[in-house]
Amino acid sequence: MKIFRFRGGIHPEGNKDPTACHPIARLPLPKRLYIPLQQHIGEPAAPEVKVGDHVLKGQRLARHQGSVSAPVHAPTSGTVIAIGDHMAPHPSGLPVQTITLEPDGEERWIETEPAVDPFSLTRAEVAARVRDAGIVGLGGAAFPAAVKLDAGNRHPIDTLIINGGECEPYLTCDDRLMREGAGYVVEGVRLIANGLGAKRAVIAIEDNKPEALEAMRVAAAAHPGIRVLRVPSRYPMGSEKQLVTTVTGREIPAGKLSAEIGVSVHNVGTALAVCRAVRFGKPLVSRVVTVGGGAIRNPRNVVVPIGTPAADLVEFCGGFTVTPTRVLMGGPMMGQVLPGLEAPVVKGTSGIIALTAAEAHASSERACLHCGRCVDVCPVGLVPLELAARVRAGRIDDAAELGMGDCLSCGCCAYVCPAHLPLAHLFNYAKGEIAARREAQRKAEETRKLAEARRLRLAAEAAAKAARRPARPTEKAETES
Amino acid sequence: MTSWTPNRSPVAAPHVHGRANVPQVMRTVLLALLPATATGVWLFGWPALNTVLLAIAGCVAAEAAALAIGRRPVGHTLADGSAVVTGLILALCLPPWAPWWLPLLGGAFAIVVGKQVFGGLGQNVLNPAMLARVALLVSFPLEMTAWVAPQPLFSAAAPGLVEGLAITFGGGPLPDAVSSATALAPLKLGGDFAAGEALLALALGTVPGSLGETSALALLAGGALLVARRIVPWQIPAALLGTLALLAALFNQIDPAHYPGPLLHLLGGSAMMCAFFIATDPVGAPVSPLGRAIFGAGIGALIYVIRTWGGYPEGVAFAVLLMNAATPLIDRLVRPRRYGRLRTGAPLPLAPKEDGR
Repeated sequence: MKIFRFRGGIHPEGNKDPTACHPIARLPLPKRLYIPLQQHIGEPAAPEVKVGDHVLKGQRLARHQGSVSAPVHAPTSGTVIAIGDHMAPHPSGLPVQTITLEPDGEERWIETEPAVDPFSLTRAEVAARVRDAGIVGLGGAAFPAAVKLDAGNRHPIDTLIINGGECEPYLTCDDRLMREGAGYVVEGVRLIANGLGAKRAVIAIEDNKPEALEAMRVAAAAHPGIRVLRVPSRYPMGSEKQLVTTVTGREIPAGKLSAEIGVSVHNVGTALAVCRAVRFGKPLVSRVVTVGGGAIRNPRNVVVPIGTPAADLVEFCGGFTVTPTRVLMGGPMMGQVLPGLEAPVVKGTSGIIALTAAEAHASSERACLHCGRCVDVCPVGLVPLELAARVRAGRIDDAAELGMGDCLSCGCCAYVCPAHLPLAHLFNYAKGEIAARREAQRKAEETRKLAEARRLRLAAEAAAKAARRPARPTEKAETES
Repeated sequence: MTSWTPNRSPVAAPHVHGRANVPQVMRTVLLALLPATATGVWLFGWPALNTVLLAIAGCVAAEAAALAIGRRPVGHTLADGSAVVTGLILALCLPPWAPWWLPLLGGAFAIVVGKQVFGGLGQNVLNPAMLARVALLVSFPLEMTAWVAPQPLFSAAAPGLVEGLAITFGGGPLPDAVSSATALAPLKLGGDFAAGEALLALALGTVPGSLGETSALALLAGGALLVARRIVPWQIPAALLGTLALLAALFNQIDPAHYPGPLLHLLGGSAMMCAFFIATDPVGAPVSPLGRAIFGAGIGALIYVIRTWGGYPEGVAFAVLLMNAATPLIDRLVRPRRYGRLRTGAPLPLAPKEDGR
């Protein structure tokens, strides 16, 4: 199968070996689980339990609300001891509404929906099971998976791409998952393809994961509709747009969804979760997390209940050997700094990475040389140095005109910058600012429309009143003149 | 468990960085200039070394003074190494036996007028070393064209250390015996163009000329290092030398008696130096691959035009400065196409669903 090249990209040091070589370990039940109600893109889930309730594993704790949302389920059986604010796994460290669960240690499952032959289900039933299981994209973006399946109903999908790129350095959770659960992943792929009505599925895996490639090839051998595709290791291969281009040679037009060009992209972890949900009726209550980085004593992949505090994971992996300079949630290219180790693992957490100062290659900022390396590596084709100069000068509108909104925040530009300019940092700020301005503009527009409607209504009422009134005022006007 | 206190000032991703940094870039450039510098010093003796040191001293002192006056961090900025690079490049463009004040003045001019008045590293429009070269050439045409024939270190005719100091600091015109014409001189003055063994001498550098520009091979070696390390983009030297060679070949075909072939143009004068070390100064060069190619081709064409029909035998400095001035325009006109968009910036049309194969 032909592979297409996307523009730019970088080859960061992988640092995957320390964790890729160990089998996935299972974390003993933590003392407390902190389950945020917002673990996905969209509306937060609405709680359905109250403090003091005893819940079973897999029981729904909060239901989805709105069209883009996902429910959350109890990762184990136990007692709800609090519903309130807890530190979110977000750099701000701001609290989010969180259900605190004290496990009873019995791991008693709720009665799950009976196992069925998943291929006898209709598309709508598959989508419903995926939604009810609270599945979101497990690659990191945490977009509700059922919404993507629905999009497949609106647009015909010919190609399902399964993202096994795992291009972020340090992360190996997808690698291990493919090696150890290839059969389930392939079944999940078939179910998603079925749900989308896609004729073919392509599982794209970077060539730095030969074991995973082999395992997936073996598992997919019996299914002619599934291709396992070896793609080059180049960051950001795992980005949706870049992966679509690599596999199909097509570009997603600006402002469009991949579904509109007949492609849908899902992560391997998502495929496994779909298999569990549709075949066994089990909701998404745990995930594999890579605990790595130079500061971790025994780096490895661990399967953990959602809601486990990062501290429990770090401790399970032997703690820190040295004080890390940064502890991240997600990979080092696009992950975010943890505000504290009490922040919990959520559905989108692919890794807890504790970096030492030496690994970060941090250096003081210097003057931009105009060297254009950022332009060479930008997978979008932006000119980051120009954007940065404008953002620094507060010229956000100019930056928007130069394509700021197209930026993926992949961080390639900042990674290669010899002047160590915080390019991605500036761009995140600018994109936030642009979004805020657009929102303000939308509100102003809305207000103006309402005011205009009101004026027209009042004018119409006045006109109607005037029409009903006798014609006397005209005579008065004549006498006055 | 070793404790960890979270950093309260949030840092955005990426949290790792490539190994590149500005001082390392500058160190690599200096390393790449080493073969040409060493060849120059060996060919032209102790006075050449004096010229190199004085030019660097002029640049560093001027940079330090400008930073101190501007109340900016002197040590931190000097450590980026850019002033040393500017000084060395300037020195390599000067006559090897220049009087002491020429490199000092040139260095100070390059840094103050060429760079610091714009705001320092990365802010200048024009190449500082070339600006200084042109300023010196226009102001001191005699001193700037006093070429000496190579007298390798420790050879019989070469000046000793003390004599070298006398040449640099003694002042006075060079004895007629040592002054000589460069390989490009026949372009303006008439005479036979170098051919055969004379071209080999150009490649090796054993000819009269600027301190570090005579040996095309030494420059090529350093240039190859920079391209291989991706310190300089390959498009600029490729387009520059390609255009120059193409034009030379074209006119040589038309009239070989008036227009020398491409080898003389590539090996003689400052073409190699320019292609790898001067035109590739990122500060004044475009940032997109196509833009760099246009920039390189423009310099190559201008070098040929100035050498062939202009008033000066060598046009490198003028060509670079002119194209530096055109860089903002090139950068504006030639931007990479953005993902999912046409060159105009409009979104791609929704194409029929077929693979691009």
